[in-house]
Amino acid sequence: MESEIRAVDYSAKSTYRNIKDKLFLWGVIVVSIITISPIVLIIGQLVFKGFKQINFSFFTEVTPSTYEAMTAIANGELIPGGIVNGITGTLLIVAIAALIAIPVGILIGLFLYENKGKIYANLIRNLSDILQGVPSIVLGLIAYLWVVKGVTQGYSALAGSVALAIMMLPLIIRSTEETMLMLPGSLKEAGLALGVPYYKVILRVLIPSGLSGLSTGILLAISRILGETAPLLLTTLGNPMINWNPAEPTSAVPLLIWDFYNDPNMADLIWSSSLFLMGFVLTLNIIAKRIAAKH
Amino acid sequence: MKSDTITKYVLLVSSIVILLVSAGMVFSLIGDALPVFEKFGWRFITSSEWNPTEGRENYGALPFIAGTLSTSILALIICLPMAFATALFLAEYFKKSSLSTIIGSMVDLLAGVPSIVYGLWGFYTLRPFIVSLGLDAQGYGIFTAGLILAIMIIPYATSLSAEIISMVPNELKEAAYSLGATRMEVIFSVVLPNARSGIVASFILAFGRALGETMAVTMLIGNANIIPTGLFSTGNSMASVIANQFGEADGLKLSALIAIGLLLFAITGIVNAIGKLVIKKLS
Repeated sequence: MESEIRAVDYSAKSTYRNIKDKLFLWGVIVVSIITISPIVLIIGQLVFKGFKQINFSFFTEVTPSTYEAMTAIANGELIPGGIVNGITGTLLIVAIAALIAIPVGILIGLFLYENKGKIYANLIRNLSDILQGVPSIVLGLIAYLWVVKGVTQGYSALAGSVALAIMMLPLIIRSTEETMLMLPGSLKEAGLALGVPYYKVILRVLIPSGLSGLSTGILLAISRILGETAPLLLTTLGNPMINWNPAEPTSAVPLLIWDFYNDPNMADLIWSSSLFLMGFVLTLNIIAKRIAAKH
Repeated sequence: MKSDTITKYVLLVSSIVILLVSAGMVFSLIGDALPVFEKFGWRFITSSEWNPTEGRENYGALPFIAGTLSTSILALIICLPMAFATALFLAEYFKKSSLSTIIGSMVDLLAGVPSIVYGLWGFYTLRPFIVSLGLDAQGYGIFTAGLILAIMIIPYATSLSAEIISMVPNELKEAAYSLGATRMEVIFSVVLPNARSGIVASFILAFGRALGETMAVTMLIGNANIIPTGLFSTGNSMASVIANQFGEADGLKLSALIAIGLLLFAITGIVNAIGKLVIKKLS
């Protein structure tokens, strides 16, 4: 890092300079508080407006029809039904995405760790960085072209999973490589010196030692893709029923929020679904941070 | 020894996945965008007419490019002072105190909020607020979308800037203090010059994020296929036109939407590459 000190006249700490200094400090504090205030407002609004719709049927029943919601509101009742089709859909889509992205990502991360400094490895690392910057909607288009048109001949959970897997991949690769670089090199050398085959060193030494780093990376990656809406809009479409078939259109919690947003009768369900989604994402985040902090 | 060779090959083969995905992505996007470029040529980028009516089809992406750029640039302008101040708060003024841990984890929480929840909050809270201030009658448009984008990218710019600011060597700052500099003078004459390129990179990467955001922008920009005329004008962004019009698209229209996706891919790719280059220069 270049180090330079700009020439400033520091002679005589005048009151003017002291006042300016204090004002700047207060400016920083006030602007920082304004910056973080949206998170308080957002969570407050979700809890305040969402909690009354959260009940047992919210987790056990599928989404109601517009007509059911309309009559319930007209009678002054809570909207019946729940979002279980979205919850199961999200689980299915994210599970398949994780099954694709985690093994491949860890292998590529190990490859980069093993070949650091080589031109080909740098190319792969840069491509992975570029992949991380690709907007999620473009990944949705790609999954549409590859899976919806190519494999399942229609909207499907699998297509959504492919889009989300491409999104997860660079995150897993990076966290694997960084975790491996943090492990002491002697660990690997000790294993190899005992004549242990390299794949066993990976499975028995490297991965167990880096487990906390790896699981933090994986949890953060999953929490990133949980709330993704745009790519699912182009790939999984939505489904009013519970669906476990990866080749069929499937709903997801973010997709349901989008549907509720577009249907004035369902407005009350927006908040409870968002509260659920936020709670899910934040819990994963907190668990990941806990694991990272422990080690 | 043989199993070691196999392990090496397995790792090598897995790395090819990245090559295949990247190349396949470019190949697919270009391939499916080709019909539109063949028909309209450069007019696809320079024309502002978006007309899907059969027989008189005409697709120009200029309004969407303008919408994406104007919302993202506005977001960057709003984000600059906010993220900078928060980064100073975390990495300079309250470094390593419990106050900075609390604020820091709230910034992390902001990064974890899904785009669609930002959109809802923008629609139900921010938009009525802008209407009640009398800034705009409907509250949709470039300004509202830019504001929500700013809130979304602030965490990214903040955490990276804070990391860079905390890396400025203490000796340099102490030297300035010993000469009688105030804290603010130390920040502007020692910390900033040393952290400059890193801070610039963090804002470039945050800008790259703003370009590709879809749901929150879709819910607030007004979705009018026109070139925005002012701060409160409605418009449409590249990502949101794809999300909005994809459902009913086929043939030439689908190809036009994929072409917009290709443009978006290229623009974000270039912006991110610049950001990464600035970071590389730094280390």
